[in-house]
Amino acid sequence: METSSPAFVRTTPAEALPPPLRLVGIVGWLRANLFSSPANILLTIIAAGIALWVIPGFIRFLLVDAVWSGADREACLARNGVLPGACWAFVVDRIGFFIYGFYPVDQRWRVDIFFVLGAIGVIWMLWLNAPRRDIGFVYFIFIMPLAVFFLLSGTPVLGLSPVDTARWGGLMVTLVVAGVGIVASLPLGILLALGRRSKLPIVKFFSVMFIEFVRGVPLITVLFMANTMLPLFLPDGWNVDKLLRALVGIGLFASAYMAEVVRAGLQALPKGQYEGAMAMGLGYWQMMRLIILPQALKVTIPNIVNTYIGLFKDTSLLLIVGIFDFLKAIETARIDPQWAAPTVSPTGYAFAALVYFIFCYGMARYAQAMEKRLSVADKR
Amino acid sequence: MRVTTPVGTGDSRGAPSGPPKVAFWNDPEKRGLMFQVLLFAIVAFLFYEAASNAAENLRKQKIASGFGFWNNIAGFDIGLHLIPYETMSTYGQAFWVGLVNTLVVAITGIVFATILGFIIGIARLSKNWLVQKLATIYVEGIRNLPLLLQLLFWYNAVLKALPEVKDSAQIFAGTYLNTRGLFVPSPVFGPNFSAVLIAFFIGAAGAFAYLRFARARQEKTGMQSPVGSVSIALVLGLPLIIYFISGQPLSFDYPDLGRFNIRGGAQIYPEFVALLLGLTTYTAAFIAEAVRAGIQAVSKGQTEAAHALGLRQGPTLDLVVIPQAMRVIIPPLTSQYLNLTKNSSLAVAVGYPDLVQVFAGTVLNQTGQAVEVIAITMGVYLAISLGTSLLMNWYNARKALVER
Repeated sequence: METSSPAFVRTTPAEALPPPLRLVGIVGWLRANLFSSPANILLTIIAAGIALWVIPGFIRFLLVDAVWSGADREACLARNGVLPGACWAFVVDRIGFFIYGFYPVDQRWRVDIFFVLGAIGVIWMLWLNAPRRDIGFVYFIFIMPLAVFFLLSGTPVLGLSPVDTARWGGLMVTLVVAGVGIVASLPLGILLALGRRSKLPIVKFFSVMFIEFVRGVPLITVLFMANTMLPLFLPDGWNVDKLLRALVGIGLFASAYMAEVVRAGLQALPKGQYEGAMAMGLGYWQMMRLIILPQALKVTIPNIVNTYIGLFKDTSLLLIVGIFDFLKAIETARIDPQWAAPTVSPTGYAFAALVYFIFCYGMARYAQAMEKRLSVADKR
Repeated sequence: MRVTTPVGTGDSRGAPSGPPKVAFWNDPEKRGLMFQVLLFAIVAFLFYEAASNAAENLRKQKIASGFGFWNNIAGFDIGLHLIPYETMSTYGQAFWVGLVNTLVVAITGIVFATILGFIIGIARLSKNWLVQKLATIYVEGIRNLPLLLQLLFWYNAVLKALPEVKDSAQIFAGTYLNTRGLFVPSPVFGPNFSAVLIAFFIGAAGAFAYLRFARARQEKTGMQSPVGSVSIALVLGLPLIIYFISGQPLSFDYPDLGRFNIRGGAQIYPEFVALLLGLTTYTAAFIAEAVRAGIQAVSKGQTEAAHALGLRQGPTLDLVVIPQAMRVIIPPLTSQYLNLTKNSSLAVAVGYPDLVQVFAGTVLNQTGQAVEVIAITMGVYLAISLGTSLLMNWYNARKALVER
């Protein structure tokens, strides 16, 4: 041996022992997250009990025992005294009605184009790295609404036969109302928020009155008001379309909430931004357009999207004032005698829930992603 | 009159005195004034036009105006009324019935939603993975669905699917559930029951006095008192003792299940149950988020400092975390209470006779006096909202952080 060190001295440090088996892997995770203390074990048992009680029942009803095809109620009736699960055959049969309402069947392609136009606008606005978002903005605010209006209500000049709004229905109406609310409420809300922070007393007074009044009353009363009082306030002979009345109600309601959201964004800006803009000699509108609003709206984007989620959910109230929206289409179809079966109502509601959830959860996820992205910009 | 300066004498051109003259439309003050006058004129014109058109249209349709209808006979029945009401009552009484029904469902809903919301909000922060996931699923699911859909679901899909009267489900002894609602035993108060009530109020007052005494003593000496157990003993124990001493002056009237009907007991209407369930579960999801945000707003350092001072888990929560979290939780909590109250107007969809359904629905249809009826309805909700806002401002001013 060449080394002189004694044989009983280690030359390398001892290998670290692996951690005890009960601290790593699945067992470790279970111990840390589910069974860390007696109280925790009890909680886990209770929660597992609830989960096992609810979730398998849901899955069995919605998927395993569900009826997927059939022509009428016979398919979904009890067999040998046992009720089947969800009656998806009903949804499959009525899906056209849910989406288009009473829109003429041979004209449904116009609604499909509306969906495509809307999707283009939404993607253009939401995708922050999209090319030419300035054109996208003009498209979203001006071009698309006009095109959709002429497309859906019909222009005889272009060979599109007129379709009365009384025949509009289903998901299409929900999306039209939500879209108009979304497009109209932001500019109105910005104006109201600026008015509320204005130094001009009369402007401020009117803005505060409007915002506080609308936020203090339920949407239903605003819709009732638009429905019963708007025709009274207009000169004789002016006939306002029923859908338009509801649109006015929803738009005004949403803009009051939007105003408060924008105001929060305005308040978050340091005073120096205003002073800097004024020192550069910018006028009020220049200052707002170039300096203040871009920053204020940016910080409040998540709240704006949350207001949109509320607006989207609120469109369901239209059924109370007799507009044929998506929920009303479900309500009408589920009591149709052709599909009178015990499981049809829960199925209809499950389908409605799925559709609303996809839209609202999508928006919520977008707001969360936005929040994350914005917080990155603020990190030093 | 214009003063002319003689030509040739020295004039003052080029030596400006005072600020430069600007055209009046560029003067911010005058411009602001003009703008406001214009706005005022437009709004006033719109109001005037609306009012004159309304008067004209009402005259044409021969609809009376004014509040004279208030004392007219209503002529319709209201299924659920907590204050005396019959078909021959007036529209005014119908209004009060609707208002009471709204307040009943709103207050009950607030109590239940607060309890459920706090439980779920705390569950969302639980270290227990399963509990936390379940709470998250609940909140995300409920928040992203319209309340109206949930109400219709509870009413049409759940409560309508309950058994008929003859095969009512029996939950406890004397409690039946069927399509007509929930039938529970109704309490019958004996003659001596007022003594128990008085004992309860004395106990509550005593507990409150003891709480103040204990707090003052703790501030002075640092000694803690068993406030919880003493309060329970005073508030619950004292009335119980009196109850047994006075010979148990409380009995129950049990519902009696017949073939087609249930007699006796108290009936809780399915409309009420559906509305309460919907409002409670919906608002609880939002309250849970407020609670979670409030607890997360208290920085971890506060908990660690409390532990370092030697406080255990319980006192840390009681004395350090909860007081600070409540300051953040209370404002959104109040706005959720207001939302619940306003959302109770969706009662109209399930047929619960609240203010909107009775007054802005039936009364409006019968009288046709849209302006007055809608104005009164909106006024009630506005009064509730503004009243709560005032209370909130007062509370915030009291609880605001006192800084140097």
